[in-house]
Amino acid sequence: MIQDRKYKDAQWQADEHGKWGRFGGRYVPETLIPALDELADAYAQLGDDPDFAAEFARLCAEYVGRPTPLYHARRLSEHAGGAQIYLKREDLAHTGAHKINNALGQGLLAKRMGKTRIIAETGAGQHGVASATVCAMLGLPCIVYMGEEDIERQKLNVYRMKLLGAEVRPVASGTRTLKDAINEAIRDWVTNVADTFYLIGSVVGPHPYPTMVRDFQSVIGTEARAQALEHTGVLPDMIVACVGGGSNAMGIFYPFVRDYDVRLVGVEAGGEGVDSSRHAATLVAGSFGVLHGASMYLLQDADGQVMGTHSVSAGLDYPGVGPEHSYLKETGRAEYTSVTDTEALEAFELLCRLEGIIPALETAHAVAEAVKRAREMTHDQVIIVNHSGRGDKDLGTIVGREDAEATL
Amino acid sequence: MSGIARAFARARSEGRAALLPYLMTGYPDADAAPEIALALERGGADILEIGMPFSDPLADGPTVQRAATASLAGGTTIAVCIETASRIRQQSAIPIVLMGYFNPIHRYGLERFFSHAARAGVEGLIVPDLPPEEAGEVRTIARHNGVDLIFLLAPTSTDARIRGAAEVAGGFVYCVSLTGVTGARASVAEGLEGFLGRVRRHTSLPLAVGFGISRPEHARQVAQVADGVVVASALIDLIDQTPPHARLDALEEYTRSLHDGARKDTPVPAGRIGGERSDDRLG
Repeated sequence: MIQDRKYKDAQWQADEHGKWGRFGGRYVPETLIPALDELADAYAQLGDDPDFAAEFARLCAEYVGRPTPLYHARRLSEHAGGAQIYLKREDLAHTGAHKINNALGQGLLAKRMGKTRIIAETGAGQHGVASATVCAMLGLPCIVYMGEEDIERQKLNVYRMKLLGAEVRPVASGTRTLKDAINEAIRDWVTNVADTFYLIGSVVGPHPYPTMVRDFQSVIGTEARAQALEHTGVLPDMIVACVGGGSNAMGIFYPFVRDYDVRLVGVEAGGEGVDSSRHAATLVAGSFGVLHGASMYLLQDADGQVMGTHSVSAGLDYPGVGPEHSYLKETGRAEYTSVTDTEALEAFELLCRLEGIIPALETAHAVAEAVKRAREMTHDQVIIVNHSGRGDKDLGTIVGREDAEATL
Repeated sequence: MSGIARAFARARSEGRAALLPYLMTGYPDADAAPEIALALERGGADILEIGMPFSDPLADGPTVQRAATASLAGGTTIAVCIETASRIRQQSAIPIVLMGYFNPIHRYGLERFFSHAARAGVEGLIVPDLPPEEAGEVRTIARHNGVDLIFLLAPTSTDARIRGAAEVAGGFVYCVSLTGVTGARASVAEGLEGFLGRVRRHTSLPLAVGFGISRPEHARQVAQVADGVVVASALIDLIDQTPPHARLDALEEYTRSLHDGARKDTPVPAGRIGGERSDDRLG
């Protein structure tokens, strides 16, 4: 096949330095390198440990509620008038988003490594909630760093984290959003490296995080692949997922990476338009750079300073992106596009009205793109959307926007 | 012998650790750096560390972060940092080391950065988020341009990592005194002597200690076990706390107190001045 030749030299696993081509690696202060080595060793040992796999599988089933269903969205498909759209219902996982898969995996690993303190960063608050949840269940103290701007727009999740016993530390530096929360979490880790486990929420950061987070999230794609075969007898034609840091997208893409006939489409936050300066479409509009310990596509100015981003959804509001996504873009294995705030909000409403499902604003980006793509496809084709989270957390944002519009 | 090596040798011959104060380009305002540099030199600085601001300085505490944010708001770019180094060089022979994060340097272009920096008289570069394993290409270009690439080691560094860094290090080794970010602390971290002892076994380069060193008594403690003392946040704090008209005098005076603090309690025997291993009984 043509694709087989095209990807003959492709490297779908990171090398020993944690690099996919020129992306990834470990651009961190020396203090952290031994901790990353320790983590990489501990993670490598899990691969040979049937007990860990069994424990993870048991908790996925009993605690998270996996497998999540693959749902045929018939009315949405009819509305689009082309391909059949299926939703991989990560919104039905415990805590309402895919983030729990990774938080559970890393939490169990932290416990095995004997770490007594968990730190995490959060943007929309979903990873913070997932981390706080897993820490409560495992009996570990949890500190969540969160930008002040995100605290303002995700109040409900802040309250949930506190209920779950986590300490939420507001971050006032820089743009007061996710990227600054990650900076602050890394500073905490540098300071408390001996007893602290940094539970990163996306496929970003220094090696081995991008690989590890992707592996824990790939339960999504593994299930979806089997469910698609069961429902339709064939592999889907296309997978669509939203991309901020990129963990839900990597989780569903990865088990399909070698199925070269399955198109992989990542949807970034177009904000007020990729031509404006107010967006978060890193792979669409960014360039090679280094942030938070890895080389990747990055939204930066002419002098290499990291740019502030904008999206209606806090979870996509990040100027970097996972190194593996950067590589999938560079090899052409996945395609990346963007959807504006307005389009995402329209898709949000559409899914509420047609399917009775309230998507997260992040997820609404993927829904919007899937409807566009489905229109150009035939009725016998299949798109799977990673329906990464539920939208209850975003109702404040929606109401706020409606109020603002009403007063105009 | 490079300017950096000479500066360490001279301090050693004077029975003290070299003093490496830090200033942030473009802080507290766009044109402040050259006159601050000269004040630090008058106060007894041996080598200047000049910071290049970055939007996401993850190895820095609140003080340096704040200075970087203000500097960027004032329009500081990598080109401005190099130009600032050049202006200082025109007025002083003190060795200059630039310090900044990798992304802006990479964005400027590695070849371009090192050739411009070398032409400006810069002798060394410290990149806190570029450990030796990611530095291969940078090291080659730095060497080609005659700029020392200075690596950091931390108390958490294993002996194998210390050995690896020692093999590729240029100029001096920047030993991070503690596990943490930059910023003034009340006391010098415990265990420093043991850490430096481990580093010494693998390199004959001078060892400078930074992170958390803010007072003359800290400098004195560090001077007993190290060859250099780096002070950064304390100087930025001093700038912030002093009215503009009194800043340069205050910086000069504080630098002098650090310089005087950094003396070794046991003077080095005459025969070992400059670090040579001559046997003074035979000399």
